[in-house]
Amino acid sequence: MTEPYLMRALLGGMGLALVAAPLGCFVVWRRMAYFGEAVAQSGLIGIALGLAFALNLTASVLVVTLAVSGLLLLLSRQTLVPIDTLLGLVAHAALALGVITASLIQGPQLDLMTFLFGDIFAISRADLRWIYFGGLLTLALEIWLWRPLLAISVHEDLAAAEGTRTEYFKGLFVLLLALVVAIAIKIVGVLLTVAFLIMPAAAARPLSETPEQMAVFAAIFGMLSVALGLFLSVALDTPGGPSIVLMLAAFFIAAVFPSVLRQRR
Amino acid sequence: MDGRERQPQTGPPSAGQHSPADRQVLNGEAAGAAHGNGRLGEPRREDELISARGIMLSRGGRTLLQDVDIDVAPAEIVTLIGPNGAGKTTLVRVLLGILLPNRGEVKRKAGLGVGYVPQRLEVDRSIPLTVARFVALGRRASAAEIERALAEVGAQALLERQLTELSGGELQRVVLARALVRSPELLVLDEPVRGVDYAGEAELYTLIGRLRSERGFGVLLVSHDLHIVMAQSDRVICLNHHVCCSGVPHSVAQHPEYARLFGPQASRAIGLYQHHHDHSHDLAGAPRLSAPSRPQEFK
Repeated sequence: MTEPYLMRALLGGMGLALVAAPLGCFVVWRRMAYFGEAVAQSGLIGIALGLAFALNLTASVLVVTLAVSGLLLLLSRQTLVPIDTLLGLVAHAALALGVITASLIQGPQLDLMTFLFGDIFAISRADLRWIYFGGLLTLALEIWLWRPLLAISVHEDLAAAEGTRTEYFKGLFVLLLALVVAIAIKIVGVLLTVAFLIMPAAAARPLSETPEQMAVFAAIFGMLSVALGLFLSVALDTPGGPSIVLMLAAFFIAAVFPSVLRQRR
Repeated sequence: MDGRERQPQTGPPSAGQHSPADRQVLNGEAAGAAHGNGRLGEPRREDELISARGIMLSRGGRTLLQDVDIDVAPAEIVTLIGPNGAGKTTLVRVLLGILLPNRGEVKRKAGLGVGYVPQRLEVDRSIPLTVARFVALGRRASAAEIERALAEVGAQALLERQLTELSGGELQRVVLARALVRSPELLVLDEPVRGVDYAGEAELYTLIGRLRSERGFGVLLVSHDLHIVMAQSDRVICLNHHVCCSGVPHSVAQHPEYARLFGPQASRAIGLYQHHHDHSHDLAGAPRLSAPSRPQEFK
């Protein structure tokens, strides 16, 4: 495994897994998996626009995901349509708009498959810099926000009554989510991005006694899955991103199975 | 027991003996007496922990709160009572700054430390959290402080347990311990009795009364049942979107508005209850007038 493209895939994937782990815990705790899904699928619009106007793709994805996050927060104030319906609606509308935008682009036709499922073996040196620069920023924000976000996740009213500025921190959390999605889309595509967030955290839950343990286990599972998934991909010539996601699912099933057996008795 | 019977927590002040602690408790007593006469609409006092005037809140075209005034002074237990859907929890959320009212203002003492026990505490099972961690969440607390707070509510054995494994009653105590570890000046409890049986409920309120005496914090208590919180309350505010009546527990229990909201049986039950509990019994059964520092045990 010493080919440069393989090393870049490994470094990029593991960096992403590390950064996504603590954020993924919050996504699970705050039940925001579908929020993440809607935001991630809107990334395709960002990619299409970025290609059309020759912009930096990560930056254009970030702008679109932030706009869609804001739209979702606004729409979630109404109460007649349940939140999961709303999120599904936005996710599908974003995907439809993204595919249409992509089909309208002049010049070299973009390969939709690449952006839906990512191409981890196509990570360039520049991409790697983006992943690590954005990743370090994200990691620093995650450490800074850990305590207030944990307090809000445990009980929002309690945190608010005790003086935590909940709206402010929830806004920063959404910002963080958009940032990680923008970084992840290049690697695993718009359809598999949320898997990087929720699957390691879900696998870590049965083994964890504290929130911090869960974040650390999630990071370990995520990084192991990247390594094993890439190995699988090279050995069996399977697509990179999906192989990693499959490994994550295997970790989850292995981790959760003992507690399933306990429940049955 | 009502305001008249309560013994001062400290002796009468003698000249040159005004430690801040004394003054706080004495102010509480004075406030209790003043509240007894019903003082809504009066000008704001300077030492209130929290004070709201003219609160109006409507959501979705429905007026949930209308012209509500409420104050809590140091070392005072104010009980907010009213039927289901009367806006009690909404008012609490306004007072805590979680909800913004459409009109009116809430003044909190600068830097007011609040301990809050919400009506229903459900922590998502996906968050792994020990009791000790939950109690200390969001602030620095030493292991000794956490243990002391848990011991105070009789939950020291739960220290290392996962929050998700607790019963309703255990969780209630743990949430109270979390409020206490913050050394609050104001404790807010919103019907803290879900999943707790009647005896447990009475015991909880007795505990809150005792802690108030020991620590001198103000308490805002929401209840659907005046009967059970009566002995611990200095002042009762009966809420049904607006303040129907307020005063010492006994006067509210006799108030026509209270009878109208809760039915005449409620007032009669209170009368009976008062008869039984305006004195307490020692272990040998001999009556003893008003317990000086320990609130009466419920029989």
